[in-house]
Amino acid sequence: MTPISYFMALSAILFAIGVAGVMIRRNVIVMFLSIELMLNAVNLAFVALGRRMGSMDGQVIVFFVITVAAAEAAVGLALIVAVFRNRETVNADELNLLRW
Amino acid sequence: MNQFTLSAVHFAWLPILPLIAMALGAMTVMLVGPQVDDDDSAGLGVIALLTLLIAFVLTLFTFSQNHLAFGGALVADDYAAFFDLLIIIATAVIVAMSLDYVSDEGLAGAEYYALILFSALGMMLMAAADDLIIIFLGLETMSLAIYALAGFMRRDPKSNEGAIKYFILGAFSTGFLLYGIALVYGATGTIKLEPIRAALAAGNASNPLLLLGLGLMLIGFGFKVAAVPFHMWTPDAYQGAPTPVTAFMAVGVKIAAFAGFMRVFMVSLGPVSAEWSGVLWVIAAITMTIGNLTALVQDNIKRMLAYSAIANAGYLMLGMAAAPARAAGGAMLYYLLGYAFTNLGAFAVVIALARRSETRDRISDFRGLARTHPGLAAAMALFMLSLAGVPPLAGFVGKFYLFSAALGAGLVWLVVIAALNSAISVYYYTRVIVEMYAREGGEVTIEPLGARPALLISIVVAVAGTILIGLYPQPYMSSAAAAYASAVRRPAIAATAALR
Repeated sequence: MTPISYFMALSAILFAIGVAGVMIRRNVIVMFLSIELMLNAVNLAFVALGRRMGSMDGQVIVFFVITVAAAEAAVGLALIVAVFRNRETVNADELNLLRW
Repeated sequence: MNQFTLSAVHFAWLPILPLIAMALGAMTVMLVGPQVDDDDSAGLGVIALLTLLIAFVLTLFTFSQNHLAFGGALVADDYAAFFDLLIIIATAVIVAMSLDYVSDEGLAGAEYYALILFSALGMMLMAAADDLIIIFLGLETMSLAIYALAGFMRRDPKSNEGAIKYFILGAFSTGFLLYGIALVYGATGTIKLEPIRAALAAGNASNPLLLLGLGLMLIGFGFKVAAVPFHMWTPDAYQGAPTPVTAFMAVGVKIAAFAGFMRVFMVSLGPVSAEWSGVLWVIAAITMTIGNLTALVQDNIKRMLAYSAIANAGYLMLGMAAAPARAAGGAMLYYLLGYAFTNLGAFAVVIALARRSETRDRISDFRGLARTHPGLAAAMALFMLSLAGVPPLAGFVGKFYLFSAALGAGLVWLVVIAALNSAISVYYYTRVIVEMYAREGGEVTIEPLGARPALLISIVVAVAGTILIGLYPQPYMSSAAAAYASAVRRPAIAATAALR
């Protein structure tokens, strides 16, 4: 059986790539993709931990997370479309109407 | 593998009846919606108000029940009931102040009121959750609806921009919260709050996985309550959103986020409070300082109230830093109660000032309000004084209880910082009062409030709440303390539920 640390390490790496993507990339769609990557890293961790501990909770949570991520994609992409219609850009740095 | 058996799930309907009522009401609004004109959507608001009334009555029945439902995923204790009632009242006031605003602006009424109800449903779920995954679901139900509401003025670039910033950072923080939940699950072997507490109290879970999970969950909740340095979205989302939605974000989201935050950290993670209270000490200090200092230079009233909301999150986290002290939890609940009424009132006045398709949200727009509309100006002055912490209003009494609870826990220096901050905040709150009463010029004419009775009623309710909660704090304070105590007493409830 593959040791749990392999799964946790992979999950941590995926999560870190996601965080870095949100921090570095300026295209809102790519930032959103990176967030999805973070959620999937979490799913991997839940499944691995659930299997390791022989508990069903970790497996069930993943279904909730997938569902929520789908709902989040619907709302998020709708907002991105609304922004693009008004501003013709999805670059986070150009969204600067609101400043103090 | 553990076998999952249905008989182990103890179904108790009472705790979720208010939630079912809210969901059914929201669906009714969506079903009736297409028959209603967007220019005349007040009827849908009335359906929403009726739904909230039903949920309110049903919630009253859950007091002193201490039921567990759905195999311990939900708990119906006084803590949940207290927050549910507060959320329902705040939502009702917000629906009331939206009635004219939504039809005047020609916003889609069906979607608006349905999203408000769904969002309130998520908030109530968060307050009643006894399971980390239910907290996550409640948080997302609330947030997804709020993201859509924040961007509700589809053709307004500011509304778009505030919503997208809120969405990206909100979803980002959700990732941290979930990863934190996963690691706490890995460290303790469970996602149920009470078993987590029991495992931590037994001292068999103090490892790096737990500490990392704690930190990530702190980041996730920190975003939602708008704590520095996770506050960047707050002013933009508050300024861009339609004003009633801003009020909903400042009051409802803050209350619900603290309901979840407090239950997870102060109750469930209470046994390891030594590991996180130091971090909260620092976050509370920088949150109130940065919130207050940045509020000083704002010209926009919604932005100023956003920074004020950040500063208030700092004061509330002062209570969390004092976690092991029992008094701090009750004081925080009382503070949230006063904060809710005061902020609802302030935003209602901002709505009253706006004219059809013309936002008047600069602080200078308040100039001369006292001469043309003395009643409205007096109400606004009252709310500003309460936020600044002037006795005998709700804001002062809340700060008094909170600061003395923190002093009792020995956080002398943090209370000194908080008191200094409180003094700084007087400057920007009184600036609004000075604009209204002392500055020349800028005669404001607004539509008379008599033509907008629902808005008038919501301002009157907020004024009454701000004064009553401050003048007669005793009943509210004792019910707040009892509510918090019921959450801490959870081990006893778990035992009786197991016997049943």
